[in-house]
Amino acid sequence: MPEGPGQDEELELTSPLVPLFVITNGRALPPDHEYEHTTLVTATGAENGQVAARTLSPEAGQVMDLVADGFLSVAEVAGHTHLPLGVVRILLAQLEEDSLILARTPIPRAERVDRELVSAVLEGLKNRFGA
Amino acid sequence: MYLDPDVSHAVKILIVGHFGVGKTTCIGSLSEIEPLRTEEEITEASVGFDDLSGTPDKTTTTVAMDFGRLTLSDTLVLYLFGTPGQERFKEMWEELSRGALGALVLVDPERLHESFPVLDLVERFGLTYAIAVNHFEGTTHYPLDEVREALNLTDETPVVECDVRDENSSAQALITLVKHLMSQLG
Ligand SMILES: Nc1nc2c(ncn2[C@@H]2O[C@H](COP(=O)(O)OP(=O)(O)OP(=O)(O)O)[C@@H](O)[C@H]2O)c(=O)[nH]1
Ligand SMILES: [Mg+2]
Repeated sequence: MPEGPGQDEELELTSPLVPLFVITNGRALPPDHEYEHTTLVTATGAENGQVAARTLSPEAGQVMDLVADGFLSVAEVAGHTHLPLGVVRILLAQLEEDSLILARTPIPRAERVDRELVSAVLEGLKNRFGA
Repeated sequence: MYLDPDVSHAVKILIVGHFGVGKTTCIGSLSEIEPLRTEEEITEASVGFDDLSGTPDKTTTTVAMDFGRLTLSDTLVLYLFGTPGQERFKEMWEELSRGALGALVLVDPERLHESFPVLDLVERFGLTYAIAVNHFEGTTHYPLDEVREALNLTDETPVVECDVRDENSSAQALITLVKHLMSQLG
């Protein structure tokens, strides 16, 4: 079938939308405070996870492979997989629901930015770079 | 690549500044990992208004933002996010400023007027900040006091020189900011 220019245009318009929908199973974005840039995630290594893992989308599988051996921040997951942050957050919500990953909140909610924490940052920077 | 399994605290500091001021370079100088980027969607009002509804048209744009990482102890990791200072990125500021310790504001003294919108955002989101003056070579060298005055900064706001291409110079600017954060916490 010959492809007219009009058809090409249409393809270009629709193509980015389809994979996003498929990747994320049409899920909505989790609330803003979940899976922030600095939320840390890792695979649980759960036994029942193996079963669920077989049914993952390739992108969810990519995320699982990446966090298989340790903790990374949500931002790093997005950076390494080259997936948009929004997609990563949806995938992580789904994976956590399936008990395939666990997320560690960077700073316990109730805890305010306190002196002790900032002091630890200062010490860490001085040790690393000298002051 | 992975964080220490004992890591319990992940904190962030924003490296902010106007277009081309040296944010990416600064993060590259400091980060222990090859700097990464996130692709984030923002909605913004497109040019012009919808005549019928009187509301601005909204379009979705993807913004690339780079960041780096510094492990500070077995339990503590610091992330540095390069955050563009244009007003239209305020959606990203909203999320990134939440829980951020503070902001290092990079300033090019040749283009001081471009730093006003950045300072406006920093103040609006309640971020404590320090100013790092990135002198590009071959340009006029401005005394820091002049920069302070031109930017209308309070006396307690730290203003330091910084060559963002240099690891140590960038680190000292960051340390100046964190010392200032300490002093603000009383
Ligand atoms: N000569 C010189 N060049 C610099 C200095 N700092 C940054 N540059 C260069 O200036 C250009 C812009 O620096 P970037 O680090 O990309 O700036 P940025 O703030 O990330 O820019 P955007 O993300 O585009 O807003 C790059 O080509 C840098 O190599 C400096 O101190 N001296
Ligand atoms: Mg940049």
